[in-house]
Amino acid sequence: MMGEPLSDYKAPVQVHFSPYEFNGGTILAIAGEDYALIATDTRLSQGFSIHSRESPKTYPLSEKTVLGCCGFHGDVLTLTKVLGARLQIFEKDHNKPMPTPSVAAMLSTILYYRRFFPYYTHNLVVGLDEEGKGCVYSFDPVGSYEREFYRAKGSASAMLQPLLDNQLGGKNQQGVERQAMPLKQCVAMVKDVFTSAAERDIYTGDSIIISVVTKEGTKSEQFPLRKD
Amino acid sequence: MAAPCVEPAKGGFSFENCSRNARFEQMGLKFPKAYKTGTTIAGVIYKDGVVLGADTRATEDTVVADKNCAKIHYISDNIYCCGAGTAADTEMTTQMISGQLELHRLATGRAPRVCTANRLLKQMLFRYQGYIGAALVLGGVDSTGPNLYSIWPHGSTDKLPYVTMGSGSLAAMATFEDRFKPNMTKEEAMKLVRDAIAAGIFNDLGSGSNVDLCVITKDKVEYIRPHEIANAKGVKQGRYLYKRGTTATLSSDVKKIEFDVIGTEVKTSAQPMDTQ
Amino acid sequence: MASSSMFGPNNPGAFWTGGPAPGQFYNFPGSQSTSAQNSSQRTLYPVVTGTSVLGVQFEGGVVMAADMLGSYGSLARFRDCPRLLKVNDTTVLGAAGDYADFQYLSNVIQQQVIDEECLNDGFGYTPKSLHCWLTRVLYNRRSQFNPLWNTYIVAGIDDEKPFLGYVDKIGMAYEAPSLACGFGAYLALPIIRDAMEKNPTMTQDEAVALIDRCMKLLFYRDARSLNKYQVAVITKAGVDIRGPIKSETNWEVAHMIKGYE
Repeated sequence: MMGEPLSDYKAPVQVHFSPYEFNGGTILAIAGEDYALIATDTRLSQGFSIHSRESPKTYPLSEKTVLGCCGFHGDVLTLTKVLGARLQIFEKDHNKPMPTPSVAAMLSTILYYRRFFPYYTHNLVVGLDEEGKGCVYSFDPVGSYEREFYRAKGSASAMLQPLLDNQLGGKNQQGVERQAMPLKQCVAMVKDVFTSAAERDIYTGDSIIISVVTKEGTKSEQFPLRKD
Repeated sequence: MAAPCVEPAKGGFSFENCSRNARFEQMGLKFPKAYKTGTTIAGVIYKDGVVLGADTRATEDTVVADKNCAKIHYISDNIYCCGAGTAADTEMTTQMISGQLELHRLATGRAPRVCTANRLLKQMLFRYQGYIGAALVLGGVDSTGPNLYSIWPHGSTDKLPYVTMGSGSLAAMATFEDRFKPNMTKEEAMKLVRDAIAAGIFNDLGSGSNVDLCVITKDKVEYIRPHEIANAKGVKQGRYLYKRGTTATLSSDVKKIEFDVIGTEVKTSAQPMDTQ
Repeated sequence: MASSSMFGPNNPGAFWTGGPAPGQFYNFPGSQSTSAQNSSQRTLYPVVTGTSVLGVQFEGGVVMAADMLGSYGSLARFRDCPRLLKVNDTTVLGAAGDYADFQYLSNVIQQQVIDEECLNDGFGYTPKSLHCWLTRVLYNRRSQFNPLWNTYIVAGIDDEKPFLGYVDKIGMAYEAPSLACGFGAYLALPIIRDAMEKNPTMTQDEAVALIDRCMKLLFYRDARSLNKYQVAVITKAGVDIRGPIKSETNWEVAHMIKGYE
């Protein structure tokens, strides 16, 4: 049976061009009593290829605020540029760096501004709050955000989060109080969860950068992962 | 009209649910994905034989499903076959052809030739129009000398002095194009295949873990697994032991079990379970 | 709007409010020719294309190479297309993908370089600044669904140190000691990475030899390549674009192949 002439005709669609790409990467943040920690792997990938083995996804925004950002790297670059500019304007206007909770609030509005053409990025902001306690803010790509104690985002987040829930949240354990973990133990655990994630997630590997924010400032260390 | 088949199938695949499944898929049901061995496999011919190589990673989308799987399959005593693509297809296809070839050997009383295995494989794959997702590197030594083939899922084949397959095939082929020469020694050939597989392991995310090699000569096969552990697993930093009683007891019910004492033995202390 | 697709400091702006900018068309009220509304009309695809570009850092400089083929689909259409642009004495730009888009951007860059020169303040493009600018241009174009269909590799000397940067058509960018795009990322990069791991302090000659090896390899296996390429060597002494170079090929193994069975 013949339908209407050209009834099955469809206007050309953009099959060739996609404005998004997933570039892998995993971020993990933990808020301690007097510190905040954020770790990311350094692999930048696309499809089955590795672009770079030395591309950390942590971005120091100020002396005491660090952003972890992964997803589509083009959006990551743009978002971090926008943030950097806004923070610089704030600092010039107010003669002080923007406090971490305010950075988080601003990031939320920057993300929501692009509600209908989103930045395809997973974000975590860490730093110290007004009382000097470690804080972690986690975001969805369009700006919903929440303060949390610990959070994993990105490619291997589904592998890391349950382990953090158990070790830091005391989930599925009887008679265990949730208590802040000492920094040293925390760093060891972060290395271990990333080592495990690198075993099973193809987009996580090469190395990790762990940044720790305390009242003295931010310190970073690098730790190797498998490279295959 | 026809009742569902109760008789055991006589052979071949069952296509019973194909149209049903197509309808389900249209309605939006997601079917489970098959394991893929996003792979690097390769082979070269050298002076007196063939060297086959493979990585050992099997993936399920972006997750590593098997960190040490064997991708070099047995065909006959003088023929082996590396498989890339859908894991089940490579495994079953090589097994089936291996069986047919063994029957052929018993019928003829001669060691099977590699070209025979190649013909059986390509004819089978061609019949299934590429739906059997097996990309193979077939190598062996027979009465005509060393032979090496690559076989594509649709049933086309190449007979070449060096071949690669899988998602890491470009990285491996680059290594071969760079360094292959005719009439290499065994050591040279093994090193070259090792480097080709390693190029896949480190540059292709679908390939990883170890390098397996298989060296086939006129009267000997060396199946080396692993030939090299290209990536060592990281060392654990912390300890994650749970205190006793961490797991919640939801309910308890004590019952007496009737038993007869056959013998007694006294132990000093019970070892706690090591959850490490 | 009409003027929003222009960029750079010399954007002349519209003649009057809502009017066209010089060189652009007037948007009649009610017509649907603004960028957001007819994005589906911009079904873009590359036409005449270039394949891989390779880049490697060595002690004190960078070497970059690209072949000279302009492909028209699978047709080897133009055999004399230089894809390396000398921007100034410290910076070279290499491009893969649509050749027309590369020529367009080359014009823009060359005009910018002239404008910079006219200011005569001693400042000009550095590889880093060009790379950064490219990320913004390409990202903005992708955000308007009107991409420049290229992958660019910027090579040069920045602050006495070698620089190598990558940008693609959606604004994904990074820096690395060795880079390749197109088929080169699959065929040449494994070889380059392996060589650099074994010899982290490469000399200029070793780096050039490595690039030559890889260009030959790409000619063997990339069906959209040509055995005629240019090599740019950027050191403190300046930019040296060599070529066209033809690599020595060896097809002896072809005689070992008889049939397919």
